[in-house]
Amino acid sequence: MHVHSIESFGTHDGPGIRLVIFLQGCKMKCVYCHNPDTIATSGGKDYDIEALAQMAIRMKPYFGKKGGVTVSGGEPLLQSKALIPFFKRLKEEGIHTNIDTNGRVLNHFTETLLGNYTDLVMLDIKHMTEDGFEAITGVRNKETTFKFAAYREATGKAMWLRYVLIPEITNTPELLHAMGKYFMDFKTIEKIELQPYHKLGIHKWAALGWDYKLNDANENTKEQIDAAVNILKNYFKEVKVN
Amino acid sequence: MEVKQFKSGTWVDTINVRDFVINNITPYHGTHDFLVGPSKRTLKLWDICKEATKEERLNNGVRSLDTNTISTISAFEAGYIDRENEVIVGLQTDTLLKRTMKPFGGFKVVQKALSEHGVKPNDALTELFSKYVKTHNDGVFDAYTQEIKKYRSLGFLTGLPDNYARGRIIGDYRRIALYGIDRLIEAKKKDLASIKGPMTDSVIRLREEVSEQIKALKEMIALGAKYNLDLSRPAENAKEAVQWTYMAYLAAVKEQDGAAMSLGNVSTFLDIFIEEDLQAGLITEDDAQEYIDQFVMKLRMVRHLRMGAYDEIFAGDPTWVTEAIGGMFDDGRTKVTKTSFRFLNTLYNLGPSPEPNMTVLWSDDLPQNFKDYCSKVAIDSSSIQFENDNLMRTSRGSDDYGIACCVSHQALGKSIQFFGARTNLAKTLLLAINGGRCEITGTPMVNGIEACDCEYLDFNKVMSNFKIAMKEVARVYNDSMNIIHYMHDKYYYEKAQMALIDTNPNINIAYGIAGLSIVADSLSAIKYAKVKPIRNEEGLTVDFKIEGDFPCYGNDDDRVDILAKNVVADFNNELKQLAVYKNAEPTMSVLTITSNVAYGKKTGATPDGRAKGVAFAPGANPMHGRDSKGAIASLNSVAKINYADSQDGISNTFSIVPKSLGASITDRIENLTAILDGYFSRNAQHINVNVLDKETLLDAMEHPEEYPQLTIRVSGYAVNFVRLTREQQQEVITRSFHESM
Repeated sequence: MHVHSIESFGTHDGPGIRLVIFLQGCKMKCVYCHNPDTIATSGGKDYDIEALAQMAIRMKPYFGKKGGVTVSGGEPLLQSKALIPFFKRLKEEGIHTNIDTNGRVLNHFTETLLGNYTDLVMLDIKHMTEDGFEAITGVRNKETTFKFAAYREATGKAMWLRYVLIPEITNTPELLHAMGKYFMDFKTIEKIELQPYHKLGIHKWAALGWDYKLNDANENTKEQIDAAVNILKNYFKEVKVN
Repeated sequence: MEVKQFKSGTWVDTINVRDFVINNITPYHGTHDFLVGPSKRTLKLWDICKEATKEERLNNGVRSLDTNTISTISAFEAGYIDRENEVIVGLQTDTLLKRTMKPFGGFKVVQKALSEHGVKPNDALTELFSKYVKTHNDGVFDAYTQEIKKYRSLGFLTGLPDNYARGRIIGDYRRIALYGIDRLIEAKKKDLASIKGPMTDSVIRLREEVSEQIKALKEMIALGAKYNLDLSRPAENAKEAVQWTYMAYLAAVKEQDGAAMSLGNVSTFLDIFIEEDLQAGLITEDDAQEYIDQFVMKLRMVRHLRMGAYDEIFAGDPTWVTEAIGGMFDDGRTKVTKTSFRFLNTLYNLGPSPEPNMTVLWSDDLPQNFKDYCSKVAIDSSSIQFENDNLMRTSRGSDDYGIACCVSHQALGKSIQFFGARTNLAKTLLLAINGGRCEITGTPMVNGIEACDCEYLDFNKVMSNFKIAMKEVARVYNDSMNIIHYMHDKYYYEKAQMALIDTNPNINIAYGIAGLSIVADSLSAIKYAKVKPIRNEEGLTVDFKIEGDFPCYGNDDDRVDILAKNVVADFNNELKQLAVYKNAEPTMSVLTITSNVAYGKKTGATPDGRAKGVAFAPGANPMHGRDSKGAIASLNSVAKINYADSQDGISNTFSIVPKSLGASITDRIENLTAILDGYFSRNAQHINVNVLDKETLLDAMEHPEEYPQLTIRVSGYAVNFVRLTREQQQEVITRSFHESM
């Protein structure tokens, strides 16, 4: 697996304490990405699957009842094929597995991975409109995200939604209601996590020599966050601000 | 004695506090909801204390000094903070925060400390100690060899207790409350009578020591009388139990100014008296908390006279009034009581504080409510540390123990420790690369290590030379320890504390090492990368060029973690070969206190890429910035150090910003509890927990007056951040704050 970096004490990427493995490479280039150095599909460090599994096993005592391993990125599903034996190994050890994804990869590898070895999927809903989706990610066809959600729903296994909250861009009553209405009947969705937009990743864009295009966006006020939470509570069992 | 109210056991006929606790404890599994806030009286007293500590800070760290009186158990008249509001009485002197002379450790040290504040001992005392009275310090330097002095002055051995008191001995302060002093004197007299000839050195010495102990006990009765307390009899209620226990501790800190003067584990014991009175309807929860608040307040006001140089090693004016809280009995019951909670609650009632050094003995079997409360208190106050009860209890043979200083197991009333500071293992490694010469001065230190002029360092060659160096350093270290403890017993015997300990206790000699992470990373660099030494014209290394990557300690990577683990085992094995004064059993710690800054200054560039003079990581911590895989990987590396090789303790300091610990307060508590369960299940021994924003610390550097109680934990103890030097503050801030964003 091509690994960008490892965080052994992940507390914001899935339930409990998690070993978070950030994989290298993503086909999107989200304007707010706070890990832009994970986007390039080249680079990263090659890790042996068993070495990573051993690291996870040594962490088992910290996981408690909730924690486990999260693969994030980058877009981890670009490496679905390699993730299958890794997650299989983790499941043999009784370790909870989680994928943090934008949901744009859906092939037979992904299906095996999701269907058989992935306890939880955290699906990032970038935007509810086609233009808005493109403005954020640089690619069109958000329908793949919805197809992915439908596939996960069909497996009957747990899913969380994630949504980056940017005033005016994603945090508007219309968009939040639209998202709520679209997903309200999904039975596998346990919660939605709101990730208020922050500017902490900006320096990384400069380091890569890339233009940061979201300079005009504001961070949410507490009131703006509360308003979003209140809308989404109408549709989801649990709304969490991460 | 009113034995009838308590369940009897062997404690009735012999001096055995553990048996009393085992038979009478009420373990508590509930929540912290029963806790109450401070009383009005407590708050009044605490306001006075806060004002006094502010005066102290503004007056160069000293509020008041006595230059006429040798501090002994009963030398000073009764002192009060504000008598009418004091439920628990007693101060070290007649005045709050007055520092006193305890010259038997070393008179020159007393003179120096006083002169730094513009005063000196009175003429009569100066004449007495210059001409007629010998001290511990005088004795040690009479016996020291040139070799020891060389190792000491060049910084291979640092912080040796040869000009200050060794401390680390924990009197079983509970004994006075349970038995009363008359009964303790009777038992010691019986012991004395049974110590018979032939009169060898050790028998004569023991007879003299026990006689000293009996005198100390009598003096404690006199101390009590000054406060109208009859300590000759047992405590008869909860308030007296707290008061009697405090008086016993007070006697110790009046007579001795050891670096660390731990309290033991009094919280579990005191709970029995409190519970008894609560059940009988004699007191309320408000009373119980008031006793504990005021007791703790008094412990916070303990002060010793120190010179400036001392503060470089032990920063922040610590006293290490270490109280062990919680843990389990061998029979599977928890030692957690409501009074365990009450002690922790003082951190809310009086605010955060480094003292007393509250140390939670952690076991996966502790009540979940207690675990979560401890995590909450740690997050809110950064004032508590955690140690592995399962590990210590099962391997050290006692479930009734305190923590000496920061990390050392000590069976209460049954064991003592000879404190031995530490050796600089990074400098020892440099001996291996510099032909046995000091890397800074070129002074020959160790014979039998050939000079190396190869272009790149060879791992096997460095290792074999390092082993020669370790053996020699261990030998000199052991020589110095034997002299120090022989002389300390002779000239500055801890008669008050020893009077509250069995007559023939087990003794550990507590060696220590500093610079572990630097040694591990250096060896890793030599093994996995190519390291080219840069030498000056004398052939001494001044820098190292590293070509290629190497794994660093702190990333849960066995390639380097094993090197760290083996070095600890190797040095410990060298120490274990050597004969020790009083047949003490050698144990070793990986602990630096805050002196990692001082050690760094005395150490040249190292093969891991660390520049000359740069501070070490504290204790067993990985070097800051090199643990790139986050907190758990870092903890798991430290957990690989084998406690069996380092039974005096393995200290780790964990600092994290609140948000990284979890999104919500509930998450943070849950995650910290999970970390502690996880870390200790990996057989790790100790962890300090700081939950603080960097911004807070930076602001406190600029505006100390706004943060009088800001507490942080460093390598086994806590300090007031604003009492550190600027350099130490800077070092604390650059040290690995685990921030995952």
